Amino acid sequence: MKEKLLEILEKAKNEVKSAEVMNQLEDFRIKYLGKKGELTKLLKEMGKLSKEERPVIGKLANEVRSSIEGILEENKKVIKEKEKNARLQSEVIDVTRAGKINKVGHKHPLSLVLDEIKTIFIGMGYKIAEGPEVDTVYHNFDALNSPEDHPSRSLSDTFYITDDILLRCHTSTVQIRTMMNQKPPIKVISPGRCFRSDDIDATHSPMFHQIEGLVIHKDITMRDLKGTLDTFAKRLFGVNTRTKFRPHYFPFTEPSGEVDVSCFKCSGSGCRICKGSGWIEILGCGMVHPSVLEECGIDPEIYSGFAFGMGLDRIAMLKYEIEDIRLFFENDMRFIEQF
Amino acid sequence: MLVPVSWLKDYAPIDNIPIEELDDKLVLSGSKTENVERTAKEVTGVVVGKITETYQHPNADKLIITKVNVGEEVVQIVTGAKNVNVGDYIPVALAGAKLPGGLKIKKGKLRGEVSNGMLCSAEELGFTDSVIPKKSRDGILILEGEHALGMDIKEALDLNDYVIEFEITPNRPDCLSMIGMAREASATFELDINYPSIEVKNASEDINDYINVEVKAPDLCRRFVGRAIKDVKIEQSPMWLQIRLMKAGVRPINNIVDITNYVMLEFGQPLHAYDLDMLTDRKIIVRRAEKNEITTTLDGVERKLNEDVLVIADAKNTIGIAGIMGGEETEVSDNTKNIFLEGASFNKKNVRASSKLLGLRTEASSRFEKGIDPNIAELAVDRACQLIEELGAGQIINGKIDVYEYKLEKWTIEIRPQRINNILGTELSIDEIAKILNRLELSSEKKNDNLIVTIPTFRQDLTKEIDIVEEVARMYGYDVLEPTLPMGSTWGARTNAQTIEDYTKDSLNALGLNEITTYSFVSPKSLDMINVSEESFLRRNVKLINPLGEEYSVMRTTLIPNMLDVLARNYKRNVPEALAFELGNTFIPHEMPVKSLPIEKKMLVLGMYGAEIDFFSMKGIVSELLLKLGINKCIFEPEKTHASFHPGRCANIVYGNHILGTIGEMHPDVLENYGFDNRVYIAELDFNIMLQITRLDRLYNPLPKYPATSRDMAITVKEEIYSKEIEDIILANGGTILEKCTLFDVYRGKQIAKGYKSMAYSLTFRAKDRTLTDQEVNKVFDKILKELSGKINAELR
Repeated sequence: MKEKLLEILEKAKNEVKSAEVMNQLEDFRIKYLGKKGELTKLLKEMGKLSKEERPVIGKLANEVRSSIEGILEENKKVIKEKEKNARLQSEVIDVTRAGKINKVGHKHPLSLVLDEIKTIFIGMGYKIAEGPEVDTVYHNFDALNSPEDHPSRSLSDTFYITDDILLRCHTSTVQIRTMMNQKPPIKVISPGRCFRSDDIDATHSPMFHQIEGLVIHKDITMRDLKGTLDTFAKRLFGVNTRTKFRPHYFPFTEPSGEVDVSCFKCSGSGCRICKGSGWIEILGCGMVHPSVLEECGIDPEIYSGFAFGMGLDRIAMLKYEIEDIRLFFENDMRFIEQF
Repeated sequence: MLVPVSWLKDYAPIDNIPIEELDDKLVLSGSKTENVERTAKEVTGVVVGKITETYQHPNADKLIITKVNVGEEVVQIVTGAKNVNVGDYIPVALAGAKLPGGLKIKKGKLRGEVSNGMLCSAEELGFTDSVIPKKSRDGILILEGEHALGMDIKEALDLNDYVIEFEITPNRPDCLSMIGMAREASATFELDINYPSIEVKNASEDINDYINVEVKAPDLCRRFVGRAIKDVKIEQSPMWLQIRLMKAGVRPINNIVDITNYVMLEFGQPLHAYDLDMLTDRKIIVRRAEKNEITTTLDGVERKLNEDVLVIADAKNTIGIAGIMGGEETEVSDNTKNIFLEGASFNKKNVRASSKLLGLRTEASSRFEKGIDPNIAELAVDRACQLIEELGAGQIINGKIDVYEYKLEKWTIEIRPQRINNILGTELSIDEIAKILNRLELSSEKKNDNLIVTIPTFRQDLTKEIDIVEEVARMYGYDVLEPTLPMGSTWGARTNAQTIEDYTKDSLNALGLNEITTYSFVSPKSLDMINVSEESFLRRNVKLINPLGEEYSVMRTTLIPNMLDVLARNYKRNVPEALAFELGNTFIPHEMPVKSLPIEKKMLVLGMYGAEIDFFSMKGIVSELLLKLGINKCIFEPEKTHASFHPGRCANIVYGNHILGTIGEMHPDVLENYGFDNRVYIAELDFNIMLQITRLDRLYNPLPKYPATSRDMAITVKEEIYSKEIEDIILANGGTILEKCTLFDVYRGKQIAKGYKSMAYSLTFRAKDRTLTDQEVNKVFDKILKELSGKINAELR
């Protein structure tokens, strides 16, 4: 019996070496350790042994069993590792091939820039005011202190629906509506579509976009206007941006000004974008004219404020170096998908 | 406004200020420069020469040979110019000279004849065609008068100069003059301005013997000044005068015209010279035109007038339209002997209206319509007479006409220094403010804490305290104001609607759609393009009075044509696939014709085409968007009558009682109109309604604890049974344990009778509180089958 046990162990040790795949190991297990396996069969004969022999052989038999189990586990690991390596080798792919695309859509470049600007101003405590594209002559001109004979009122500059109704030529209409409907403090930006009777070419479009800002409160000064626009310019064009405030004229603000920013392409040394000047004109601004405040029911002796406005299309064109404004409205997918 | 710096220096002592500093500081004090250009900047080595001999080139018909005295030598130069004669003084580019465009002059031969230089045109000295005098236009610049031979042309013609182009804002018509700009320059650099001293030395006789003036419309002609000049000699102006005009952008004509232009540029006052002998009865009447009166202006055009137009007439005829253009008859000509020089002050609104009525805009009218100080009229007329006298162009007659009933006097504005400081954020003292204002010739007197500022009549833009605030600000310097941020505790945010809008756009981007932006105005034909019927409410458009063209003449009532335009453009450009959306306004009038502001209804349009795209791609996108927006109860109802869409492939998106929008494949006729050969899918949704029903807030559903069981079924039904009907029956009979029902196959063909289709659904069952038994599931499944069979005759396959 003892010999037979050792013989089985020896046989198993030899046989396990020939196993190359998992199935063979399973067969091997059944052959030796299964219900009808060799070791099991042999142990059934234990009853024939004497009382003295039984514990000795029993012990040996257990030792043989755990040895075979050990061999089995050891080989399982080896084969598993071998199989894994074989699989990894067979599964090599060409990782340089193009990926499967699940296309996402793209924002219009004007929206992209607008979002950026909105984020800046919301961060500075502004709300976003909106108003109609079709508005009254009153909101668009009269309330804004625009002289009766101002050329922008003419049919050659502004689109009219009736004598009193027009397509707004700036989003200042929204400023008027905001001032008439809200009490100070007011702090809003008003982005939106505007319309002017310009023939379509590379730099003109009868429809374009503006963003205006309006702040009305007690003790708002022109220094606040400068600080606000300087901060805005640095956030939009980069921390090293410098601003230049120059006097200008608008009927609805006084004092009025225009703001140039140092060219974000060449940092002011002069290039194609800034036409060699180092500066780019970016917006108009000023302290809200007392007559405008009065017209909107705000006492200019108590409140003061500033307003500013810029062309979104122009800023987007500068930022992305787009040379033709028509691209914004053609909506070629190959254009939009670049943003 | 072109300002030669040398001219500016006649009045403003700015000799020591470098041009860059002049430019920068003027910009910062409010005079925006558009351009600063060196005169004749690319020209060197050009000198004054005199033609001593000319003869025909022996080998070329079109060339002549000239001998030119350039002081130290006489050089031979071959030229093709036809306007040179012996005795002419001309600019000569000698060998080694440089001309614009990098042209270098060398000694050489032309067709076998020595040519050691080049005679120059005005263009070659850097002048644009529009300012070159007629005589020199098609050839060489002929210099008037005598000049030192061999002298550098830039010295001889005062071309060592800069010309600054200023952008003058509409509130500052006084700056449309050399003196106006000199005032700005003097104020900016804190210098004292030198006004020209005006004096006529040898006047004789009496103007009343020469002319009689009657102003019949003093409301439209506040002031009328005039002087007479006899024995006029019409000739070319001296070179200095011509060059000044040319640098300022004005073409020299003859001495009289040049002098009126010179004074207009200097003072800003337009002048007009009449041939005195052509005035009937030597009489001038300023009056309103008669109804339907016809006159011919000096551009040779006949013009029909009305009673609102102010004219200048003589005893018999209308001889000019006041402030706009003179008449042909009385124009100064080469034969003119006596002239009457007018400097008037016309009503700006009237000039603007007449100019608009007649469609005639001139230098004079554009100045009058901006407003001119009536107090300079006399100065300007006298200045012109002084120049006529100095140039020996005529004999000035003693006395002057001056009809000026309501004199414009200086006015005052009371200002509060505290107010100025409050607006600017400065701490200027009353004395500092007074000093700043004084730079601008605004004198002031203290009155308690305030200043009473006296406004000279040339500053008609200054009428209110705030106007003075701006003057202080720009002279103090915008650039020196320290930036601060506004105080206050406002908080920034998007409104709900704005948040939903952004969320919608982001979701559509994530679903693969590109955002587009199209015009709010469209062609009325765009509605024909999408098959809209004549009676449709979409035809009730807001119309523009003055559109750029029919193409952009009505406000849109639907975004579908805009989307189709964009898709068609992409299709024509061979873009293989396009998925796009636009969120924009449509304009719905309250009444026709439009009397009030229209309703601006925000619409969302989606559009797509491409090889992989079908109706269900579009429906999937719309469904996913609605799901993201928390709009859960929409149903898609077949729509067979919408003329823009394929009658069998169109659905209304219905939410409760509202039609949220329409989705479908475009009708073949529409596709043809836009030039498509493929299929195109569009959905248009009412975003205003979507804003009302969007729910972005969420409540959490616990994750399932027990496993699901699924059962598939394939049933045969009649072709016309909609999937929705089947699903409704399944869902209605699934009890509490039916979790989901998904259509996974539709089959027609073998084994299925004609007129029938096989629909395969996968049903998922799950209970919240236990693992379902087969028995439970079978019971529900069987009930569903029974209902399907009973209600729509479905048969299990």
